[in-house]
Amino acid sequence: MTVSIAPIARKAVRQPRALRGALQGLLPKLVLAPSFLLVLIFVYGFNLWTLFLSFTNSRAFATTNLVGLLNYKKLWDWTFETDPPSNWYTALVNMALFGSLYLVFCLALGLLLAVLLDQKIRGEGILRPIYLYPLALSFIVTGTAWKLFLDPRIGLEKAVHDWGWTSFHFDWVVNPRMMIYCVAIAGIWQTSGFVMAMFLAGLRGVDGEIIKAAQIDGASTFATYRSIIIPIMRPVFFSAVIILTPMAIKSYDLVLSVTGKNPGGAAELPSTFMYSYTFSRNQMAIGSASAAIMLMTIAAIMVPYIYSEMRENVR
Amino acid sequence: MTAADLILASSRPRRGRRSLFNRVVIYGLLLIFAFIYLIPFVVMVLTSLKPLDEVTGGNMFALPHDLTFEPWIDAWGKARIGVSETTGIAAYFGNSIKMVVPAVIISTLLGALNGYVLSKWRFPGYKLVFGMMLFACFIPLQSVIIPMAVILGWFGEIGNTLTDLTGFSFGFGNPTVNLIFVHTVYGLGFTTLFFRNYYETFPNELVKAAQVEGASFFQIFRSIMLPSSTPIIIVTVIYQFTNIWNDFLFGSTFAAGDQSPMTVALNNLVNTSTGIVEYNVNMAAAIIAAAPTLLVYVVGGRYFVRGLLAGAVKG
Repeated sequence: MTVSIAPIARKAVRQPRALRGALQGLLPKLVLAPSFLLVLIFVYGFNLWTLFLSFTNSRAFATTNLVGLLNYKKLWDWTFETDPPSNWYTALVNMALFGSLYLVFCLALGLLLAVLLDQKIRGEGILRPIYLYPLALSFIVTGTAWKLFLDPRIGLEKAVHDWGWTSFHFDWVVNPRMMIYCVAIAGIWQTSGFVMAMFLAGLRGVDGEIIKAAQIDGASTFATYRSIIIPIMRPVFFSAVIILTPMAIKSYDLVLSVTGKNPGGAAELPSTFMYSYTFSRNQMAIGSASAAIMLMTIAAIMVPYIYSEMRENVR
Repeated sequence: MTAADLILASSRPRRGRRSLFNRVVIYGLLLIFAFIYLIPFVVMVLTSLKPLDEVTGGNMFALPHDLTFEPWIDAWGKARIGVSETTGIAAYFGNSIKMVVPAVIISTLLGALNGYVLSKWRFPGYKLVFGMMLFACFIPLQSVIIPMAVILGWFGEIGNTLTDLTGFSFGFGNPTVNLIFVHTVYGLGFTTLFFRNYYETFPNELVKAAQVEGASFFQIFRSIMLPSSTPIIIVTVIYQFTNIWNDFLFGSTFAAGDQSPMTVALNNLVNTSTGIVEYNVNMAAAIIAAAPTLLVYVVGGRYFVRGLLAGAVKG
């Protein structure tokens, strides 16, 4: 160790000492300061700014005329406006549908694939990257691929018809009422491999002795997984939910690309609602209020998580 | 061999037939899923190699009858992006490169320095600083884009004033510079987290010893930390590259027309409402858009997964 440090030290003593000492004490903070300042302004300052805008009557441009909770009241009223459904109502219903399907299927598929891959199989090195590669694609590419694949005129429906099953009908991607399910399919396809990687990392960390002991006791592989290994995986489930929930709430590009710019707001999510109200409908204050609600939802999940992580890990 | 191993070994032959059946089920499921994960991309490639009448008239799973590379040439150099001239996606590909390279370099460098300070040069309150930078990773970007649009508008005005005064805008108001700035700021949380967690495992004694020998803050960083940081640098660069290349929300909000990055151009090309839909050209363009991140994934797959897990599980 000292050997590698000696040349640096020799160079260092040549500089004047007093000035160096003072500077060295301050230097770490000086180095960190610009980044922290950027985060402070552009993350926390901007969040507060958005929150402020949500209390104003901003339309195409930001104003400072405060109107209290008017925008939130509008959103609240829209939440129960079901006939005809308001855009906000559609966004919330779709969010619940998309979010739950996305979470449940990503977790289930991720766990299943991880358990299957963990059976000491041959060719894991080929299979694992196949499940994971969609993650390297952008949501726009994923959406473009699935839009073609599910297009009834040239995609799945047509191919099945060509093979002889002519009554097969699958037009979800062009059917406004079913579009959100196609968004979920594409999202699950893109992200489930990631959950698989998380579970696989967890499974590889399970002590082999525990499994051996269970097998000696005569437990079947299935029973070993159900009653021993999966309960050990609880923290991984928890982490996966913590990661997937904000991802579901933030989903934006996927909706646009799968549905082809979200015709008529059929596959509206809070993210697309925020964008269209702010930038195309000139209702910036409403857009800000919806963004603030998204932020609060994510903060409600992330802040306690980060707080507990910090207490455990940061000494 | 212990007694337990012997019992286990002796019990194996009895389970022979059942375990063969299990193996078949396991491999069968794994292969079916591999097929499901691969097929949308395979269809994309097949479609991009067919003439248009074969796409609209034939089966999407069929191999190209008249193999053609015309769609690729069209996508690259001739396709009409949105309402603009028929320029192809080549220019937009270049926009993305010009944006992604500086943003990755700057955010990685800053992240390394921040991680170094937050793990080896602690000061009172570092926990709060770290926690705040960590939360910055998870905020929904919807809650910052309105203020960012306002600020970037100001930057544009500064740029105009500077151009009037000096004949040069110094990058103010340039969409590519704006995107570099935005991606750097909102990537700082991740890069800092990656490096901090990595440096946390570094022995503090090494740094202490170097300090005693008189090495300065930057000397320790350059001669002790950086030389052993190669893995985490690769992880961070891959993570940032993939995220920034694949971004759509910022690109579509803060850059317009022929200054757009690749993902925005692809979305405009695919979802254009004018003329006939050239599916084969769209798919070629989508594959070109996906190529850089897929290449990174194929070359650095191990680091890619590690980055995702580091950003997720530890987050």
